[in-house]
Amino acid sequence: MSVRASILAVLTMGECHGYQLRQEIESRTGGSWQINVGQIYSTLERLERDGLVESAGSNEQGQTRYRATATGSVEAQLWLTSAIEASPEARNELAMKLALAVTIPDCDVEKLVHAQRVQTMRTLQVLTATKRDVDQNDPAELPWLLVADLNIFNCEAELRWLEHIEGTLARSAARGLNPNQTLSEPAKRGRPTKTN
Amino acid sequence: MSKVLLELIDVQKTYGTGENEVQALRGASLQVKAGELVAIMGASGSGKSTLLTIAGGLEVPTTGDVRVLDSSLPTLKPTQLATLRRQTIGYVFQDFNLIPSLTVIENVALPLELDGMKVRKARKAALDALVSMEIGELANRFPDEISGGQRQRVAIARSFVGPRQVLLADEPTGALDSKTSEAVIRALRKRIDAGIAGVLVTHDAKLAAWADRILVIRDGQIVEEISNNITPEQFGA
Ligand SMILES: Nc1ncnc2c1ncn2[C@@H]1O[C@H](COP(=O)(O)OP(=O)(O)OP(=O)(O)O)[C@@H](O)[C@H]1O
Ligand SMILES: [Mg+2]
Repeated sequence: MSVRASILAVLTMGECHGYQLRQEIESRTGGSWQINVGQIYSTLERLERDGLVESAGSNEQGQTRYRATATGSVEAQLWLTSAIEASPEARNELAMKLALAVTIPDCDVEKLVHAQRVQTMRTLQVLTATKRDVDQNDPAELPWLLVADLNIFNCEAELRWLEHIEGTLARSAARGLNPNQTLSEPAKRGRPTKTN
Repeated sequence: MSKVLLELIDVQKTYGTGENEVQALRGASLQVKAGELVAIMGASGSGKSTLLTIAGGLEVPTTGDVRVLDSSLPTLKPTQLATLRRQTIGYVFQDFNLIPSLTVIENVALPLELDGMKVRKARKAALDALVSMEIGELANRFPDEISGGQRQRVAIARSFVGPRQVLLADEPTGALDSKTSEAVIRALRKRIDAGIAGVLVTHDAKLAAWADRILVIRDGQIVEEISNNITPEQFGA
């Protein structure tokens, strides 16, 4: 997630100092994103160096306020209206864990899939319970609701995937297929050992 | 402690005989209290609809008992069972079951009118139920003049109109988009919180997550229960 672009986006609305930016971003993402202040200040320095923000003087507490330059505003608009690149491989620790698990003899993959289903279902229940208590008509809850809904749909997708692979694993076992792999000979490539 | 309104005790159900014998339920037990919603999940053919039709008195268990409020369904006379089904149990069928010659509001008001409620009062209750399903404006259309998802919502409205105490719903949002599904489950949940006992069969985990307990059924047996008794604080959310 781009700290840089998010800071720029907030600054298109007016002047802010560093700590204020942190709070704005946190509340505008439904509390789901907390950036540490140090990172905000170092990002602001880089944005200033690149001509995307400029200082707007300091307040009584001596905190520097920043605003977006014209170039900065254009860049923020561009970011706000463009799609992000889908990166399926960025996520799934779970997929990697399962893929590894099926190749390791005596590993109870079924148990792992089951444990994960229960865990994900619990997460879904908690998200739903929280959503149930939120006032649908309160605009202040909207950012949180958007994020919560993404998490809810992700949980559901993960549950459907787990159910699906449970079937795949059962079918594969029924056909006597065995994906277990013993360790192979170490490859001859790699860093050569010093000979002289 | 809330009162148990629906109870299945070691229910078995066998369809057919000999070679065609299917054991749809192999000893399923379940209790649902007032104000409680239980979701049932499981693969196609695992016995979910069978369990629900037995709970609703539409099918008789091969062995075991079904108790609704204080009556044991298998021991009731057909007329007593019909009355209990009409007055106490709301049922949403997987395929809606609306009467084509009646308008939407007449379909919903029918069970109340059959019980002798004044037509005007019954229509008022029916309209309230339709409005809660966000289809109040369709009241005077016929079932074949509305969409599949709207028909499904009429069926749900009909299931909870009047003084129903047990609500049984088989895939009640199968024909709905996710936004409408959410509106429906919110409305159902509200009815249940008011003291109804509910059972919801669904393939959609997002819906099941609104239940207090999720039961997983496999080959006619309840194999797992996931309760929703952790608070967000414990979870660290
Ligand atoms: N009237 C019947 N006669 C014979 N077999 C039946 C009858 N009704 C259901 N069955 C069988 O009983 C089993 C359970 O059926 P049931 O309808 O309860 O499944 P389900 O879990 O509701 O599935 P789905 O998710 O597809 O609706 C299935 O094998 C089905 O073929
Ligand atoms: Mg079914």
